[in-house]
Formats: sequence, C-alpha cells, structure tokens
Amino acid sequence: MNKFVFLIPLLPLLGFLINGLGRNYLGKSLVSIIGSGVLLASFALSVAAFNWVNAPGFKPEVIFYFDFIHTGGLRIPISFLIDQLSVLFLLIITGVGSLIHIYSAAYMHEEAAPHFARYFAYLNLFVFSMLLLVMGANFVVMFVGWEGVGLCSYLLIGYWFGNNEYNKAAKKAFVMNRIGDLGFLLAIFWMIGQFGSISYMEVFAKAPTASVAVITGITMLLFVGAMGKSAQIPLYTWLPDAMAGPTPVSALIHAATMVTAGIYMIARSNVLYTLAPASQDLVAIIGSATALFAATIALKQNDIKKVLAYSTVSQLGLMFLALGVGAYTSGVFHVMTHAFFKALLFLGAGSVIHAMHHEQDILKMGGLKSKLPITHLTFLIGCLAIVGIPPFAGFFSKDEILIAALQKNPVYYVLAVATSLMTTFYMFRLYFLTFGGNFRGTDHQWSHLHESPFAMTFPLIALAVLSVVGGWIGIPTLFMEDAHRLSNFLQPVIAPPSEVHHLEHSVEWMLLGAVLTLVLVAILLAARRYGKNFKVENTETGLSKLLANKWYVDELYDAIVVRPLDALGAFLGRVIDNRVVDGVVNGVGKAVQFGGRQLRLLQSGQVGSYVLLMVASLIAFLILQLFWKP
Amino acid sequence: MQVMPINYYIFLSVALFTIGIVGVLTRRNAIIIFMCIELMLNAVNVLLVAFSKMHHLNAFAADQLTTVGTEAQLFVFFIMVVAAAEVTVGLAIIVMLYRNIHSVDINFLNRLKH
Repeated sequence: MNKFVFLIPLLPLLGFLINGLGRNYLGKSLVSIIGSGVLLASFALSVAAFNWVNAPGFKPEVIFYFDFIHTGGLRIPISFLIDQLSVLFLLIITGVGSLIHIYSAAYMHEEAAPHFARYFAYLNLFVFSMLLLVMGANFVVMFVGWEGVGLCSYLLIGYWFGNNEYNKAAKKAFVMNRIGDLGFLLAIFWMIGQFGSISYMEVFAKAPTASVAVITGITMLLFVGAMGKSAQIPLYTWLPDAMAGPTPVSALIHAATMVTAGIYMIARSNVLYTLAPASQDLVAIIGSATALFAATIALKQNDIKKVLAYSTVSQLGLMFLALGVGAYTSGVFHVMTHAFFKALLFLGAGSVIHAMHHEQDILKMGGLKSKLPITHLTFLIGCLAIVGIPPFAGFFSKDEILIAALQKNPVYYVLAVATSLMTTFYMFRLYFLTFGGNFRGTDHQWSHLHESPFAMTFPLIALAVLSVVGGWIGIPTLFMEDAHRLSNFLQPVIAPPSEVHHLEHSVEWMLLGAVLTLVLVAILLAARRYGKNFKVENTETGLSKLLANKWYVDELYDAIVVRPLDALGAFLGRVIDNRVVDGVVNGVGKAVQFGGRQLRLLQSGQVGSYVLLMVASLIAFLILQLFWKP
Repeated sequence: MQVMPINYYIFLSVALFTIGIVGVLTRRNAIIIFMCIELMLNAVNVLLVAFSKMHHLNAFAADQLTTVGTEAQLFVFFIMVVAAAEVTVGLAIIVMLYRNIHSVDINFLNRLKH
C-alpha cells in the first residue's frame, strides 16, 4: 500500500493540470468527469489506506520521497506520514470533497466552459494542497499545503472576479491568512533553531528536553497560524466575507476542510501542547470566546450563507475549546461530524440559492418545504445534527466537548452550553425562515421554484446519511462501555488526557438531560418566533442592531488597522516617496547639472590658462608625492 | 682628472627648465612658447647626459671595459630626433595659423573651447 500513497495527492494535481491547461478545449461534461473522477479515485485509495492503517499490527509509517532542502545540518525532506490521524483526515477530505465535486458539476452548470474548467482546476488544486497539508511528515510540507489551500481559497473566493466586492473579500481572506501564516512560519524557524529538525517524529521526541517557555512560545506561534486559517478571534472576519465564493466552495473550503487545518495542526502537535499548559489555556479561551461571539452574531444575520459562516466560526471555536482542554480526540471527532453536517447545510443552502435564482436573503424566502422536499429534509437533518439532538452526529461530538470542558473548568462549560443554545436558536431561525411559514419572495420566483437535479440531491442525501450515522463511531462510555471506536483508533497518535477525574454517570445524565431540554426549548422558541406568523420588521434597535451589524468588528478593524495603515501609506507616498526619495533622485541629477555648468567655465579655450592649470596640478602632485604620508 | 660636480649640471638644468616654464606661462607669442618648450626639453637632455656620464665614470673606475651608463647618452639623440620632428610639425602648425588669422598670438586661439 505504501507504494501507492503518493497517488492520493497526485491525482488531484493531475486533474488540476488537465483542467487548468485544457480549459479552452475541454467540454464541460469532460471537465466535471475528470475533476470528480480524480477525487473519487483518490477517495478509493484513501479507503485502501484506511484499511491498511486499521489492520492490526500497523505502525505509523514515514514514506520518504526526496530532499526538498538539504543544507548544512538541516534536512527537509518531502515525505508523507501515514498514521491514524492523517488517514482520518484523508477520508474526510476526499470523501466530502468527492461529493462536493459532484454537486459542483450541477451547481455551476450555468458557467461558460473555460470558467467551469477553471473552477474545477482550482478545486482540484485545493484538494491537492489540503492532502499535502495532512499527509506531510514534517511542518514544512504542512506549511506548503497550508499556503496552497490559502491560495486556492483566495482564487475561489474571487472566482467571480467581475464583481469588485468579491475581489475585496478574496483579498481580505488572503491578507488575514497571511498574518496567521507569519506566526506559523516563525514557529517553524524556532523549531529549526531549537531542535534542528522539523519532522514530527524528531520534534516530538526532543520536545521534553526543551524548556517550557520555548515550547509555550512555539505552540503560541503555531496557534497564531491556526487563528488565521481557522478563523478565530481576532482573525475571523475573513470567513464570513469568504461567502462571496460559489456555495460548494464555501461548503468544501470554508466549512468542511480548509478551516479545520488549524485543528489538525494542533491535534498533530498535541505532544507540544500538552507540554505547554499556558498555550492550552490560550487555545481554550480564544476558542470559547470565538464560539460565543460568533454565535451571537449569527443570531441576527439575514443572509443564508452568512448565518452558516458565523455558525462555522462558532463551531471551530468549540473545536479549539476541545483542543485547549486537552480533549484532542473530541476536537478531531467534531471536525469529522462538522464536516458532514456543515457541508450538508451549505450544500442545502446552495440548493436553495440555486432554486431561488441567487437570492440569499432568508427574509425573502419561506415556505420552501413543499417545493424542495429533498433539500428541506436533508437541511432539517443537518440542523438537528448541528444542534446536537441524539442520535444525530453532532450530539456525540458536541456532548464530548461539553463534558471535557466541564472537567477542565465549569466556566468553559457554561460558555459552551450558551453557544450550543444560541446555535440551536439561530439554526432553527434559519430553518423556519427558509422552509417554514409563507413565501415572502416574488410570484415569479415562486413559480420558478424547483427541486435541484439528482447530481445535487445525491450529495445532500449522502451527507445527510453521514450526519445521522457519523457520530456512532464515538459513542461515549456513558451509553456503552468501550464503544468509542474513534478514540481507540486514534489512541496511538493522541495520548488520552492523563488524569481526569471522571464525572459520576448520574451527573452526566443529569447535565445531558438539562442541555437537551434547553435545546428543545430553544427550538420551540425559534419556531414560535419565526414559524407561521413571522412578519418582517425592518427596524432593528439596541442589542439586535449591534448584532445585525456584527458587533461593528469590521468597522472597528477598519478604524484601528485599515485606516491608520492607509493613512500611513498615504503619508509615506506623499512625504517619504514624493519628497525624500524623489528629492534624492532629482537632487543627484540637479547637482550633476549644476556642477557641470560650473566646470564648463574652466574650459575657456585659452591655451595659457590650460598650461597654467597643467603646471599647477603637476606641482600639486609633486608636493603630494613628496610630503604627503598616508 | 678634476670632474665637475653633478650639482652644477643640476642647477643649469633647473634654471633652463624654469626659464622654459615661465616662458610658456607668460609669453603670448606662439613661436616663443615653442622655443621655451624646446628649452625645457633640452634642460632634461642636459640632466640625462650629466647623470649618464657620472654613472659611467663610477663604473669605469672598477672595470675598464664596462658600458654601464652609456645608454642615456644614446637616448638623448633619440630625444633630439623626436624633438626635431616635433619642431617641424609645430612650426608647420604655426605657419598655417599665421596664414589663417594673420597672428601668432595664442590669446586669439580660443577655438578649442568649441
């Protein structure tokens, strides 16, 4: 098997090359067959790799290909690490990726052929980079993939480059990611300096020898990288804007895979984080704060994709909370279930947008239940999964995170529960505004409403099934002894938290019951408020206005970062460049001209003066030669 | 045999050379400037021959058959020949000059400026 592993990322790269280079020659159906075909093949190989890893007696394997950088004592190879964690991510990426590729073929059918091929080329390149990110056996390969996904994210957000707003959103995403990437890069340099190596195995083996301060520094810098990529406070504002891209892109990149790269990185470096409690606390604090903060914003958004985007930010916050309290497995578990239900929700939203002819405002929807039965049903499953109703996938992973948070610190638990309740409220607000009540759009739209084609409903159904059963691999011990198969599977890569005092089962049951009751209450509240008798009110006041405007964070960033930078740029342009730099350049020219004008006077044409000068300078040289001792 | 000390030659040569320089710097007549240049050249020639003779005498005292120090005496002839050639060219230029502007005053000759 290890001989074929390189094909997993190589196939999407081939797809990218074929679709990218042949975009003007290939037909749309051929492009979508190539684009989705390579991914399906990759998925098949990933399944094979999973079986290989899952077999008894498997040891994590580093597959070496060639040296990327070999200089002095430093050696950075291109090599892949196949172990339980990377194989799990391979399955998520290629599996969800394949479904989204198939979906895209139908969703994007209105595009002209070259743009259609460009879209698939970018998508394939994204999958390639993402696979590189999770398969790399050292931090540099991860970083290469990390940059690759950032690039593809930029390209795909700005896919409709005719719209300047979209270009701005793409730029914003890129620049914000850049800030995080700098942290990651510094962490890599620090690791090279400290350990002389960047391969996971060596760094993790040598980590206990380094001082806690160094490990804390490295892990905090790594977390800065994760903040950018996984949209955490303070670098989260790009993700909601990234919804400018096509909806399948939002599903694949900005919900299921790329934004979880930060989670993967921290889960991968769990050895380091366990050694640095301060970094863990930071991760947990940022995670829970982001979860709560983004959830409050999502309560008042009216764009179907914006709601889901803030929900993604909030869920990512929950995952970071899990990582921060040391429950790495729970974090990874939630990545997986979140990939299923959030991709499902986004694709469902895409189906709605498709049916509504690119209308994204949920205030202009309503009553779509009857016209889009499959989308409605799968979307409902997605909602139930994200709010954590048993036995849907989200229930298991979210419950695990809540319990882990409680064991660490009750404050985290309260924040996480508050986040869950808000999640429930806004998700069902979204659900009822979209599918319940009466239609609020135009008659023209109503008459054209139609269920999406099979290529779009099939991924919805597949993801809905996964959203139902996906959680069953992580059944907590509360229900059944030793049924947490994911935890057992990840055991070799992620050491379980050492000494946690387990809660009494009765307490756990009680908390579970309480949270579920509250969730049901939140659903009922949302149903009452946004169900049948909902009327659009235009005036937002007080807190709701604050929320509808996203706490004015964009405006705040604009005021404290963007505008000062613009002003600085203008100042540098006006004063430093125009005056100083131009002054120096023009000054040199002027000085030469002036000097030339003055020297010209020497050339009088008088032979006598020439001779005088000659003699005088000869004498001067003579004196210099005789009396000047250097 | 009483040999004239080298200092006399040096003084003579310096005097000639200085007269030449001052002449070149102060006079305006092209022919006189030309003569002053010749004066400077010949000041150098005198010095050359004098030093040559001095070195030769020193070497001669040790070895009767030596030719050390005679090269410069030959060299002086070359300088004279070159000077003669130069004089012809220079005088030719001055003649052409006179034909053109009817003067040999170098202060009228400021066309080099252009």
